[in-house]
Amino acid sequence: MSTAASAKTEALRVADAQGNARKPRDDWAFRTLCLSAVLAMMATLIGLVGSLVSGGWLALSHFGLSFFTTSTWDPVADQYGAAAPIVGTLITSFLALLFALPVAIGVAVFLVEICPQAIARWLAIAVELLAGIPSIVYGMWGLFVLAPWFAQNVQLPLMTWVTPGSWLEAIVMGVPNGANIFTASLILAVMILPYIAAILRELLMSVPSHMREAAYGLGCTPREVIMRIMLPYVRRSAIGAVMLGLGRALGETMAVTFIIGNSHNFPHSLFDSGSTISSTIANEFTEATGDMHISALIALGTVLFMITFVTIAIARLLLGRGGPK
Amino acid sequence: MTEPANNGKSFDRFLHTRRRIYNGVFLVLTGIATAIALAALFLILETLVSKGLAGIDAHVFTMSQPAPDEQGGLLNAIVGSLVMCGFGMAVALFIGVLAGTWLAEYGDGTKLAAVVRFLNDILISAPSILIGLFVYQLLVRPFHGFSALAGGMALALLAMPVATRATEDIMRLQPNALREAGMALGANRGLVIRSIIWRASKSGLVTGALLSFARISGETAPLLFTSLGNPFLSFRLTQPVAALPTTIFQFAMSAYDDWQRLAWAGALLIAVAVLTTNILGRVLTRGSVQK
Repeated sequence: MSTAASAKTEALRVADAQGNARKPRDDWAFRTLCLSAVLAMMATLIGLVGSLVSGGWLALSHFGLSFFTTSTWDPVADQYGAAAPIVGTLITSFLALLFALPVAIGVAVFLVEICPQAIARWLAIAVELLAGIPSIVYGMWGLFVLAPWFAQNVQLPLMTWVTPGSWLEAIVMGVPNGANIFTASLILAVMILPYIAAILRELLMSVPSHMREAAYGLGCTPREVIMRIMLPYVRRSAIGAVMLGLGRALGETMAVTFIIGNSHNFPHSLFDSGSTISSTIANEFTEATGDMHISALIALGTVLFMITFVTIAIARLLLGRGGPK
Repeated sequence: MTEPANNGKSFDRFLHTRRRIYNGVFLVLTGIATAIALAALFLILETLVSKGLAGIDAHVFTMSQPAPDEQGGLLNAIVGSLVMCGFGMAVALFIGVLAGTWLAEYGDGTKLAAVVRFLNDILISAPSILIGLFVYQLLVRPFHGFSALAGGMALALLAMPVATRATEDIMRLQPNALREAGMALGANRGLVIRSIIWRASKSGLVTGALLSFARISGETAPLLFTSLGNPFLSFRLTQPVAALPTTIFQFAMSAYDDWQRLAWAGALLIAVAVLTTNILGRVLTRGSVQK
């Protein structure tokens, strides 16, 4: 209401001041309001960094480098080493990327080049729906459906099949309950797959049609057009899309917390339980009592922030303004 | 026909066949990839709907959290989620729309705008659990208590960058002729923005709001240590409050069948809410913006 009222008076004033139009055009109040909103946003980011570093300082200064190199996580003795969750985060994220990337490329190519457009539109919506499902739903599905199935049909047969003492046994040993690093990576892969596929699809659609048509005109097969012309054309942004997916996997909390098994030991095999930075924080933060425990958890958060910040920053630089909202 | 020419011809045919086989294999692989993705979507939705529907009854919406083995529902969690999402959206939209306006109208071309835009894009993808840690340090630790306010603030910080980006994008799409026409009538820049550009971008702004709502309504991690949870119905902003996602987490991890059943019901409710806002947002965009 007040906007409309002031709009009317301002317009009138300008109409009256024929020769002196400059002054009523001054909109410093609104301009300052907008600018302060921007500054508030920036304060959020600075505050985020500041609070993480200051909150984690106690642990970081007390343990120094050994915080990153040891894996003793013992709230009773107040000894904290974060190597296990850090390694767990990196392993699960890269495994997830390994699983998701080929499928995501396949989906994007299929939707853009191969599938009839009328169907592709609906499939694209389905893929984006998959990206919109909250992570807690993925986590529950992982815990109640994927983990039991995996233990029964993959883990147990594999464990009885491998020869004891062989290198294969070293990979597949672990408690056969399905809650392990491998299944956590699978869930993460399902989560980032639609995300990467959706961006890749938009990138592929942005390839100018004369490039495609020229390649087809030379007699290229669809595979050659896609692999030699279209994918190289969007290479830079495509790497950005992949990094963005990686960033998402690195920071994902709930889906992983449900299914990774939450042990603080260094994972010894692919099917061993483990933990990630975010799952450790989610599990322990509300139960942490000592200052050092809380500080160690926030220090973990600081590490996660640094890893994801670098990943996402590179991703956004590569993607330019084309990135997703 | 001489020998070499014949060889050349068969070699050509070999190459041709090889390319066709490669092509065929490639096409089949992309089809399989799509089938895998759709199968995942189907499996998850199928479990969600069957287990969720089995858990939904009238009590879910009318009763609060039960003790194990007693009758109860999710009312306290649903109310808590609505309160915090409402608070978060109000703050996020206020700041986000203004910041997006500055980026699109006033700051365009300046160094500051480029930096802000970049950092905002990073904030969009920042892990939500870190936002939770930040708000814990900012609002929970100093005041010695978890609160709905802190939870709402965490959600606001998550939705803010999304709202900013959406606002900027939609306002950039408005033709300059609109701005020039407004200026020519003697309106100043702020007036042009408020009563012409915002009005023209209305449906885009609504879409942005819906998308940021979809982003925060399923968020769990930052609420774990800002709003904590509360087994009773509560409307007080300064007290801990239950949220649907955190209650689901608690119930799903528990050993009680009743609680797990409620967790599935809650998961279905959240998924439906998020998916409908997502679809609604996209439908609105399609109707209003010609790209």
